Amino acid sequence: MATIAAPTKLRFRDAQVEMAHGAGGKASRRLVEGLFAPLLFGADSAEPLGDAAHLDFDGTRIAITTDSFVVRPLRFPGGSIGELAVNGTVNDLAVSGARAEALVVSYVLEAGLPTPVLEAEVRAMGEAARNAGVLIVSGDTKVVEYGKADGMYITTAGIGRAIPGLRMSPRSVRPGDQVILSGPIGDHGITILLARGDLDLESDLRSDTRPVLPFVEALVEVASPGLRWMRDPTRGGLATSLNELARDCGLGIVLREDWIPLRDAVRGACELLGLDPLHIANEGQFVAVLAPEFAELALDALQRTPGGEDAAIIGEVRDAPAATVLGIAPYGGTRVIDMLVGDPLPRIC
Amino acid sequence: MKFVDEFRDPAAISQTAEEIRRIADPGRHYRLMEVCGGHTHAIYRFGLKDLLPENVELVHGPGCPVCVLPMGRIDDGLAIAQQPNVIFTAFGDMMRVPGANGSPLEHKARGMDVRIVYSPADALKLAENNPGKHVMFFAIGFETTAPSTALTLLRARDKGVRNFSIFCNHVTIIPAIRAILDSPDMRIDAFLGPGHVSTVIGCRPYTWIAENEHKPIAVSGFEPLDLLQSIVMALRQLNAGRAEVENQYQRVVPWNGNQAALRAMAQVFELRPYFEWRGLGFISQSALRIKDEFSEWDAEYRFQVPGVRVTDPKAAQCGEVLKGVLKPSQCKLFGNECTPEHPIGALMVSSEGSCAAYFNYEYRKSAELVGIGA
Repeated sequence: MATIAAPTKLRFRDAQVEMAHGAGGKASRRLVEGLFAPLLFGADSAEPLGDAAHLDFDGTRIAITTDSFVVRPLRFPGGSIGELAVNGTVNDLAVSGARAEALVVSYVLEAGLPTPVLEAEVRAMGEAARNAGVLIVSGDTKVVEYGKADGMYITTAGIGRAIPGLRMSPRSVRPGDQVILSGPIGDHGITILLARGDLDLESDLRSDTRPVLPFVEALVEVASPGLRWMRDPTRGGLATSLNELARDCGLGIVLREDWIPLRDAVRGACELLGLDPLHIANEGQFVAVLAPEFAELALDALQRTPGGEDAAIIGEVRDAPAATVLGIAPYGGTRVIDMLVGDPLPRIC
Repeated sequence: MKFVDEFRDPAAISQTAEEIRRIADPGRHYRLMEVCGGHTHAIYRFGLKDLLPENVELVHGPGCPVCVLPMGRIDDGLAIAQQPNVIFTAFGDMMRVPGANGSPLEHKARGMDVRIVYSPADALKLAENNPGKHVMFFAIGFETTAPSTALTLLRARDKGVRNFSIFCNHVTIIPAIRAILDSPDMRIDAFLGPGHVSTVIGCRPYTWIAENEHKPIAVSGFEPLDLLQSIVMALRQLNAGRAEVENQYQRVVPWNGNQAALRAMAQVFELRPYFEWRGLGFISQSALRIKDEFSEWDAEYRFQVPGVRVTDPKAAQCGEVLKGVLKPSQCKLFGNECTPEHPIGALMVSSEGSCAAYFNYEYRKSAELVGIGA
């Protein structure tokens, strides 16, 4: 018999929605944990919140996820909103341990959007879907008034089959586990920042948007029993993904900062603007935590996967400091690496 | 990366840290104030405190322009932007700074036209591209940013751009150092001088600190090696009983400053009789205003400015932290009521504020140092 749920007391106290609530950092987490989770998922939801949910249908494990894309400009070096809309959702499924089978798509289009612009993005989606080996099976379109949607917004939802034998959870992470990253961070976020043209900075950077499933499959093949946790560090950057893990497992994650792959152009832009590359968004990178005895195998497998040549072990899990990410410089200086607070804003003065 | 990598070289850093440990007299306690917020940020960001012996203590100074700006000035700026057709522009640093009714970002979320610019010249360009709007630039900063504000104003005049104004909150560093030295609870042995400010004003304005106050000062760069070398310079002076102005940041800071920048400032600005500093109170002749001949571009002249005064919450001990009497974590509000996300006190507002830097990079470190890959 259905019962009426008691009114839930909400922890979310912010007076209004700010841009920071969508930036993937602390404010986003507060919104999800303080408002969405208690009202939608039930207050006693025991599992840490992942990017995708795994459901059991009569013994078949199905993964499901959704993501919205509101990027400006629509096209940027290395990719476009259409490509992101496919890869983002396919990647959320991949890092949850599932192979995407089908996507559905919703377009919110702005009146006045030139047809060639729309056509280019739809083509980009088709190509990205073929490239990722996923079908786009259904969709919806809405049009809003001129000036309301930055040209277009795209939402995709994806469904996939869980890869058998994988049992990943932040709670399975143990001290001594190794942290592995697929390649250089920050390319996507800095590319977008520069593509907006406000900065008069130029570079040959390109977004790293791509499917990360090949990395996941490479690890599953050689290190499946030792695979504890995976994530694609998108908004909020590597620092935010690892802080979520640190909080969920209660352990310390200690990074050797000089081991984190980083292109000079990203480093330079971050130095100039006072940004931390660990807070900058990625679209095709992949970070995993593995049991130490599988770390070398896993690293080798990633480096042999096309696009994973720069993969590196960047740190390890420790008992202390609890629930914290710590960076160590090669000369021994340490710092806490926190989640992104708000949007990354350039510092000038 | 040139000009960066050589100043982050692990071997050179370890060597210089070793030198500090060697020359620091174990029978003595050294209190060095780094004046500039950029230094504070770098000290925590690079974990430099971990490398120093316990008797070399770094005290965080007042050189963070966002931190020392009184809340009322933000409300004044936002009040101007509430008038029809005004676009509020400022550096990213200002965007999260709370006024009494919220930060510029929160006002933007409620519909105010607020834009981040990367230089005052960008704000001027915005004005030229939006002739039907008025663009107000919220200017902050020490002598580091004041010249670019002055040059932009001169350019606006030369081009005849009339829909552009500057809300001037520029302050000068020397009176702030003087206020700290005059404070009765002051216990500073030497200063690490501000690098960026000194690229404009040079080293000469600090000579009184050495000559009259007998405190050594080493003007420092912002990389780990710069800061450690400056600490070596200050310790050597203290050990030898010397008090001089030394320039560690010679690759950028000329002894006599940047004459073109100083000329532009002198042309456009004059000293205010007094100005309020958050945490330090009113300091005479410590801030700049736009001269009357440029009042057409002075937002304080063109618009009705309410002149809001907001007192900081009594429980916040920003003044004591700012003067180096208390450490950030010794303030009653630190970390519970006052965090970078919900700053109450000035020093938690900017990432260069000592409380925010301490909160972001230091606060949750465990006591034992964890070494990997050694």
